[in-house]
Formats: sequence, structure tokens, C-alpha cells
Amino acid sequence: MAEFSLPKNSKIQPGKHYPAKDAKKPRTFRIYRWSPDDGQNPRIDTYEVDLAACGPMVLDALLKIKNEIDPTLTLRRSCREGICGSCAMNIDGTNTLACTCAIDSVAKGDVKIYPLPHMPVVKDLVPDLTHFYAQFASIKPWLRTQSPAPDKERLQSPEERKKLDGLYECILCACCSTSCPSYWWNGDKYLGPAILLQAYRWIVDSRDEATGERLDDLEDPFKLYRCHTIMNCTRTCPKGLNPAKAIAEIKKLMVERRSA
Amino acid sequence: MSAKEAVVKDRRNPMKVARGLGSSQSGVGHWWTQRVTAAALVLLGIWFVLTVLCLLHADYATARATVAKPWNALLLIAFVLTMFWHAVLGLQVVIEDYVHVRWKEVVLMVAIKFIAVLGALAGVLAVLRIALTP
Repeated sequence: MAEFSLPKNSKIQPGKHYPAKDAKKPRTFRIYRWSPDDGQNPRIDTYEVDLAACGPMVLDALLKIKNEIDPTLTLRRSCREGICGSCAMNIDGTNTLACTCAIDSVAKGDVKIYPLPHMPVVKDLVPDLTHFYAQFASIKPWLRTQSPAPDKERLQSPEERKKLDGLYECILCACCSTSCPSYWWNGDKYLGPAILLQAYRWIVDSRDEATGERLDDLEDPFKLYRCHTIMNCTRTCPKGLNPAKAIAEIKKLMVERRSA
Repeated sequence: MSAKEAVVKDRRNPMKVARGLGSSQSGVGHWWTQRVTAAALVLLGIWFVLTVLCLLHADYATARATVAKPWNALLLIAFVLTMFWHAVLGLQVVIEDYVHVRWKEVVLMVAIKFIAVLGALAGVLAVLRIALTP
């Protein structure tokens, strides 16, 4: 059966408390901590941060904690402007990017920060995305053609290019896939919203000639049809994209190429 | 089992895991049939509820005579068949979602089909007995 409770060694224990001294505008952050090296269960550490001396985003606070309070806090980050997808994590119950999530958007209470749900944890806020990336590679996310390569660029009309809008912006942060219950229970086989949106991005590309093969590869009760239009993906996407619609379009094409 | 033991037991590359057994080339039929039966059930369901409402406070003989009318018998059989068909498709999804022990999955999958076929046959037989008995 699907597991609905955490295994014994994953149950979260109370952690350390780091109070702020003389803070003008204190805010409390409760952050998931786990290290593979000490054999301990995960814990929640509490940090008080002075927002008067901190940038506006959750990532600013995390970096302030790492720089000034606790250097052992481990997280991924790179571009700090919502384009690399590294700092995807679960903030106040929603998967999003720490760099584009304002601290003030967490209206009340402590700011609770966990790694992306239901993924193996490497350390603290760093999830293991190996399988997610392998699934991405499995859909062959590149232009596939049979026609010989032209001497110049492959032309595309403005209308054809427009079909990629809302798809090409995906940064593969995995917020959507790890918000999807179907991906939680069947992520070993189900490709999940992010990878299916990427698959659709190549299926609708007017220059790609492997549309049939791409649909063949997706035609499977688990790879595609674990999507039950729960819509968490679309709700959580920090880039405002609609993976659920992309999946629905794939399902429509599956029906279109067969007899009704 | 610790993470280290798991690593030793599973030396497959991530790509081997992700590609798995490949695509089964099925699932569209299931998805489409589930939607078609759902649409049919909307219409048949409305008819069924209306028919039952008309029978409120009616006696046994009236109810029996209503079921025995050819159109009513036909639609009632269609309703029973579509309902069990749709139910089995839906239950299949639930089992695929949550039951991850292969033998349990297979046993449940076969069991729901047997039960649905028996249920549908019983329903059809019941309607036919009323419709065909003078």
C-alpha cells in the first residue's frame, strides 16, 4: 500500500532554538534539518531573524541564517531571481522558490520551511532529484527530426511559436511534481506534471518530427494516466504555468490519433 | 534498511530506473471509456431518478408494471451495465494508485471484475424476469 505515515527514522524531533539579540523586527523561522552523517532523526530548528537587517525574500533570510547564525544550514541556491529553480522548497505549506517568495507573504505565525515533499533528502533543504532528472532525460527533451538539417535556422511561424508560450518558461524546479499526490504515491513510474509539461513542449513544437514516437512513449497507465487532474501542480507553479492543461492536451492528442 | 544498504542492493543507473519496463501502449481506451460511460451515466442517472420519483407512494404492482414496460426495461438494463462498467474502471484506478504489492494488486483487479460481472448479470436477470414474466 501507499505509505501514509512517516517511517520511524523520519519522524521529526524538536530541535535547537537560536534567539535574536536586540532585534528591531524579529521574525521566527522554523526549518527542517536532517544530516545523513549523525544518525539522528530529522528535527525542526527555530531561528529568530531581524528583518530590519535582512532582504525581503525568504532566500535572503535563509542566507542570513547561514551567514550569521548557523553555517551548517544546507540549501541549494544560485540565481536568486527565479530563473534557475535551485531554491525550490516548501514554504508555509506551499512548494515555491525561496528567492521569489516574500517573507511578508507568509501572513501570520512562524515561517515554516521544509524540503520539497516526498523526495529523498540529501541534507536539510536539499532533496535528491536524481530520479526526476532521469525521468526528464527519458522523454528525450531535444528537437528530433527525420528531414535533413537545413542550411539555415528551422523556420517557425509566429503562430507556431506562440504554442510554446506557457511551456518554454518551465525551469524544472520540481515544485509541481513534488506537490502532486499521484507523484508521491507512484513517482517511480508516473512522470509527473513537470516532465509531462516538458514532453508536451516538444510534442507541440512545429519543428519536431517525432510527435508520434513521443506519444507512443507516453501512452501508459502509469507514465501519463496517473494524472487525475488534482491541479496542485498548476496551483503551486512559481512561474504561473499550467502543467495540468499541458497534460490534458496530451490526453486529447492520445484520443485524436485513435478511433473514438 | 539504511540508505547505504539500499545503494548496494540497487546498482542500476537512474536512467534504467526511470525508463523501467517502457510504455505499455495502453491506457487511452480506459481513459476514454471512463469518460464515455460517465457521460452516459449522467443521462441514464437523470432518467433513473425521475423514474424512481414517479414511483414514490406507488404500490408493488404499479412499480412492477413500470419496470416491465419495454423502454423502461431497456434503459434500466443499460443503466445497470454502464454503472458496473464505470465502477470497475474507477476502482481499477484506485487500486493502481494505492496498492503497490503486486500479488494483492492482481488479486484485487481480478476480484473487482468478477464481482462487477456477477453484479451486472444479477441486475440484468432481475429486470428480465420482471419484463418477460407475464
